[in-house]
Amino acid sequence: MPPIDADATKERACTIPDDKGLLPTARTDLWWIQPLAVFMGLGTAVVYMSWAAFQGTNYYYDVEGASYLSPLYSPELFGETEHAWFGVKPTFWPEEILGFAVPWSPAFLILWAPAGFRVTCYYYRGSYYKAFWADPPACAVGEPRNSYWGENSMPLILQNLHRYMLYFAIIFIFILSYDAWLSMWFNGRPFEGDFGIGVGTIVLSLNAILLGGYTFGCHSLRHLIGGYADRIVRKPKVQQKAFDCVSCLNKQHMKWAWFSLFWVCFTDFYVRLCASGIIDDWRII
Amino acid sequence: MKRKIRLQRGEPNNLRLDEFEIKVETGMVVLDAIHLIQATEAPDLAIRWNCKAGKCGSCSAEVNGEPKLTCMTRLSDYPEDQTLTVQPMKTFPLIKDLVTDVSWNYEVNRQITPYQHTEGTGDPIMFQAEVDRVQEFRKCIECFLCQDVCHVLRSHDMKDEFAGPRFMIRTAGLEMHPLDQGERLEHLRDDHGIGLCNITKCCTYACPEHIGITDNAIIPMKERVVDEYYDPLKWLWNMVTGKSN
Repeated sequence: MPPIDADATKERACTIPDDKGLLPTARTDLWWIQPLAVFMGLGTAVVYMSWAAFQGTNYYYDVEGASYLSPLYSPELFGETEHAWFGVKPTFWPEEILGFAVPWSPAFLILWAPAGFRVTCYYYRGSYYKAFWADPPACAVGEPRNSYWGENSMPLILQNLHRYMLYFAIIFIFILSYDAWLSMWFNGRPFEGDFGIGVGTIVLSLNAILLGGYTFGCHSLRHLIGGYADRIVRKPKVQQKAFDCVSCLNKQHMKWAWFSLFWVCFTDFYVRLCASGIIDDWRII
Repeated sequence: MKRKIRLQRGEPNNLRLDEFEIKVETGMVVLDAIHLIQATEAPDLAIRWNCKAGKCGSCSAEVNGEPKLTCMTRLSDYPEDQTLTVQPMKTFPLIKDLVTDVSWNYEVNRQITPYQHTEGTGDPIMFQAEVDRVQEFRKCIECFLCQDVCHVLRSHDMKDEFAGPRFMIRTAGLEMHPLDQGERLEHLRDDHGIGLCNITKCCTYACPEHIGITDNAIIPMKERVVDEYYDPLKWLWNMVTGKSN
């Protein structure tokens, strides 16, 4: 064993990576790219959907017998189109509050449900805690604040209600699937009009599929459908299969979350372009 | 080929980084480099290690700021011209050089209600799917990299309130065991602070055994805690059907 060389030890000495600063870390890789990408992606989606929700127009395309409804406006509980369940703008909607005019859009009545589902989603929680609140900014990167309450106290303890948002989200999947079905019929209701497929049909159908993949891979659903049980094998076969399917989708929950988020924005964008006359929908069949 | 490696040396309140230049052999891992330095230039260097095969969980450290098993981290994973910096795990008290005191983990472990076998009642047979589910958590080698990277412990030092991911999976493995009768959810919520986990998945990314810590253990345990404490519909359902888990 070589002897310890005191002089050599002095020569080797260099500064320890700084443990102070706003986001202290010894990481040398590009750790900030992922939270930045999430920040940009989620931020863009939120800004776009908020803008689209406030428009209140051009969310329905019915030229040449088509029937494309933007998913940001579906179900249309009250509205001007033939999709509206309960007629036009409700009388209970205030015209003004404290002297300020209150905007109206059919999207205001429904967007809370999918938004609530995504906000309380286990995947998104982890992502936006990092990207928006730097809690932490990335793994093994220090935080800009000392206090931390986690999801133990208000308001974040409400994240535990994710399963209730799931119940609403599942209803939305059926409604959006029905919208996709309606988009396959031109010049009339299903089985009355002409069956056809336009680009909008594909866009709306993909939207329902991607949102379905995201919703049915939910961690809460995985628990409710079989994860709660220690003896899943003793449950009915159909329940076991359902648990396996949800677990399978759950493995790629992040991808489903991002693809479905992008596509729901794109679907609204496509319907909006068609409805505002900027482009025409291409009828394939 | 030669490359530079910096190792954190010293004891608390007397820390430094020493830079060494070593000759790199094909397939060399960080622990090899540390051993080479120990054998040739720094015989008093402290590093805890044992199996050198990624199974004992002893040689955990931070390589360029990321929690890693030094025996499973190849030098070739990093650009040739990059100086590697190896430091001890930040979450635990430093003893010397790259060795930390991880005894807190064993104290937490003792707080968990151990396996309580179903005696006399119930079906003693376990099916493969049931075994697989809890077996995943038994792969843990107790390297404590998940504990090291968890920001609740690392940045906020909430060791009194939060048990950390390692013990979330131990609890999950017991709670999901078909033949276990132990009750741990109250302890998990009140004493081991599962609500403090904000699911950033750093533990999952750091795990060298690729255990689905967050998706398969922590979130299912959070959901069971929701069943027990936060879901009025679930209480109602259980009351009406007379069921429990």
